[in-house]
Amino acid sequence: MNNLDILMLVLFLLSALWTVMTVRLLRSVIGLAVTSIILTIIMFRLNSPLAAVFELSVCAGLISVIFVTTISFTERVSAARFLVRQKERWSKFWPLPILLAVVAAALLMFVKAPLIPQLAAGQALDARNVIWNLRQLDLAGQIAILLIGIFGTVIFFRGGEK
Amino acid sequence: MNELASQLFYYYSVAIILVTICGLYCLIASFNLMRAIIGIEILMKGATLSLILAGYLTGNLGTAQALVITLIVIEVVLMVVAGGIILWLFRHYGTIDSQELRKLKG
Repeated sequence: MNNLDILMLVLFLLSALWTVMTVRLLRSVIGLAVTSIILTIIMFRLNSPLAAVFELSVCAGLISVIFVTTISFTERVSAARFLVRQKERWSKFWPLPILLAVVAAALLMFVKAPLIPQLAAGQALDARNVIWNLRQLDLAGQIAILLIGIFGTVIFFRGGEK
Repeated sequence: MNELASQLFYYYSVAIILVTICGLYCLIASFNLMRAIIGIEILMKGATLSLILAGYLTGNLGTAQALVITLIVIEVVLMVVAGGIILWLFRHYGTIDSQELRKLKG
């Protein structure tokens, strides 16, 4: 645990906060992608390269594309409505940074680091081995979920039933 | 080594708790459906980090990574279907604000 780890965690938190607080949806999506990228770096630092690559390609890439596509199909708000929304948003979200600061201060001041037994050294199973040999049922579940997603989306976009 | 593991767990846990609060606040305070799914996404980032941290501390990174990959697949499908629902709602009602949708219902 060095300063770079702490910096990454602070950046992770700040990007998540910016994602939530920013008024424009597109900026919010960009913030989410940045959060994903920082999470990827944290995962690499925690020796999880396979999950990190998935996070980078899918969460920072594919999900951002899905969000931007969805936003592009909806309408852009007028300047007057945007100003109203900006005011509403600030009135709703100003307590969030204060709440986070209070919770962080309380946790860091009053809760002591618990004693964790020594980092388990055991023979670390390779993620590929776990996926393909030990948890094959997960793969079946993933395929089922993907099919549900495909059929769900097709049902929403089918046309001309009337 | 013990000290290192404790510190690692402590700082990462604080970050996970704070990110979870961010996501929950977004989910509770927003009426825009896109914002709601962005809140869910941030919650999932916290869950992902906690799984990886648990795997790192217990020496089961292989299993943790496999679970995270499953989680990411579920996340994508959730986002695609949620995006589909939002577009459907927008086409039918002209809004993605959950308050206005409630008003339409009466």
